[in-house]
Amino acid sequence: MSADLQPVIVGAGPAGIRAAETLVRHGLKPVVIDEAPRWGGQIYRQPPAIFQRTRQTLYGLDAKAAAAVLNTMTTLLPHINYRNDTLVWNAEGGQLDLLHQNQSSTQPYSHLILSTGATDRVLPFPGWTTPGVFTLGGAQVALKYQGCAIGSRVVFVGTGPLLYLIAYQYAKAGAKVVAVLDTATLLDQIAALPDLMVAPRLLARGMYYVAWLRAHGVPLHGGIQPLGAVGDDRVDAMRWRDSRGEHEITCDAIGFGHALRSETQLADILGCRFEFNVLQRAWLPVHDAAGRASVPGVYLAGDGAGIMGAQAAEWAGERAALALLADTDQASAPAQRARANKLEKALGRTQRFRRGLERAFPFPPTWAEQASDSLVVCRCEDVTAGDLRTSAAAMGTTDINRLKALTRVGMGRCQGRMCGVAACEILAQSSGQPLQAVGRLRGQAPVKPIPFAMTCTTSPTKPEAAR
Amino acid sequence: MKNAAAQGQFQRLTETGRARVSFTLDGQLRDALQGDTVMTAVLSQAWQLRVSEPKGDKRAGFCLMGACQDCWMLTESGERLRACTTFIVPGMRLLSQPEVPDER
Repeated sequence: MSADLQPVIVGAGPAGIRAAETLVRHGLKPVVIDEAPRWGGQIYRQPPAIFQRTRQTLYGLDAKAAAAVLNTMTTLLPHINYRNDTLVWNAEGGQLDLLHQNQSSTQPYSHLILSTGATDRVLPFPGWTTPGVFTLGGAQVALKYQGCAIGSRVVFVGTGPLLYLIAYQYAKAGAKVVAVLDTATLLDQIAALPDLMVAPRLLARGMYYVAWLRAHGVPLHGGIQPLGAVGDDRVDAMRWRDSRGEHEITCDAIGFGHALRSETQLADILGCRFEFNVLQRAWLPVHDAAGRASVPGVYLAGDGAGIMGAQAAEWAGERAALALLADTDQASAPAQRARANKLEKALGRTQRFRRGLERAFPFPPTWAEQASDSLVVCRCEDVTAGDLRTSAAAMGTTDINRLKALTRVGMGRCQGRMCGVAACEILAQSSGQPLQAVGRLRGQAPVKPIPFAMTCTTSPTKPEAAR
Repeated sequence: MKNAAAQGQFQRLTETGRARVSFTLDGQLRDALQGDTVMTAVLSQAWQLRVSEPKGDKRAGFCLMGACQDCWMLTESGERLRACTTFIVPGMRLLSQPEVPDER
């Protein structure tokens, strides 16, 4: 490949791995940067090598898809420059700033594929900062990565397909799941069926988890409103309300989340244009059907560019890599164009399924109205919903970044990853603005905490093989 | 009603035959298993990792995937480490309360 062509992929989940595979197949040697010690992303996260559970046990019904993605990466390793355990903490002007084992370095790129994934979308309830309350994704990491349950009596709360998947995985692994509390209703799920039918296998899987949980006596409650975790230094119980009244169940751990939110900081720092996505209630980096961002040479794939799921992430990763190849005249033959068309059609169909999921597990529309002034929104800086409302009203601000400056919301160590969604919802509600009018928290470098004591090294020279 | 059987927040469900690793938590000698994250090592026998800076309330992590930054622990030598992404190493001396003044 030509000496000035240095593609870099950020993230080694399904999107990043399929992108790398596609570039390697066409003779390029990408750098793949992974924050995790082993590839797979969150969905196909691999435990440390010392663990011995089979992929069947780890990934269940997704074992075949997981094995295909993970094995692909194994065969790619000799042909790529894989930088695991490495954080990209800044990006500008054709260069990434990296952190690996407290050592900072830089990585030049000519083309960048961002497949940065997602985290749980968090809508706080009273007591959510109590030890023993974790995200749904976190609960899954404890099991998959460490063979642990987050508690001995676990309640799962929120909404989204992950809610039932994780409850199933926990119960199947021998954990005690005492309740699954869904803010969506059965009617929501029935209304969504026509859209969900476009992906019958995924739909059947979701229905299987619910049926399995019912058959195994796990209590499932729909149409609930979380009232809060009970307990000071530990979780003692979960309280909720439904059409029949208020309820409380003894538990020592709670996993919660309301679907996922895209990890978009790097696209933001790079100056990519964002647009408000009504379906996902989020500002997302704009991209064309192939994954090209508004900044030339930057491509977006997978959940980091909008939540589409693991299968779509594989397609989007391959599609973005094909775009990169075509843009650099590496491969634009009819065969690649035909493949690209096929991938775009598949991604288009996924849009409809995605709409269905949003209908089946809708964002709780009254969440912000029901959030009391005492609710902690920002767990880093201890900012409450009342702090946000008071500051917004006193200063007359309707801009989330202004509110950040006033209250420190989103300014803490998590950089708004956990509180950003909720803070924007509260500001929109209290100022009577539509959600898109309050804007979005701007990404800032470093995107995650870096040590003061980190050692700086000079740019790595391009590997010999790349010439 | 607290669960009498529970030794800590996390419950080990499987793969418990791994080699033992000794470390200290707030000065007390403890055992973890090889391949444990610091978070697993601590929360399998305790209910907190740290206290939050603004209010001093107890915290035990939240996202487990390096996003929320609510599991940073101190070591006795004043080093900070993120408990969910750092593996336990023999001889680690961890603190779950602020014995060392915050230098921020």
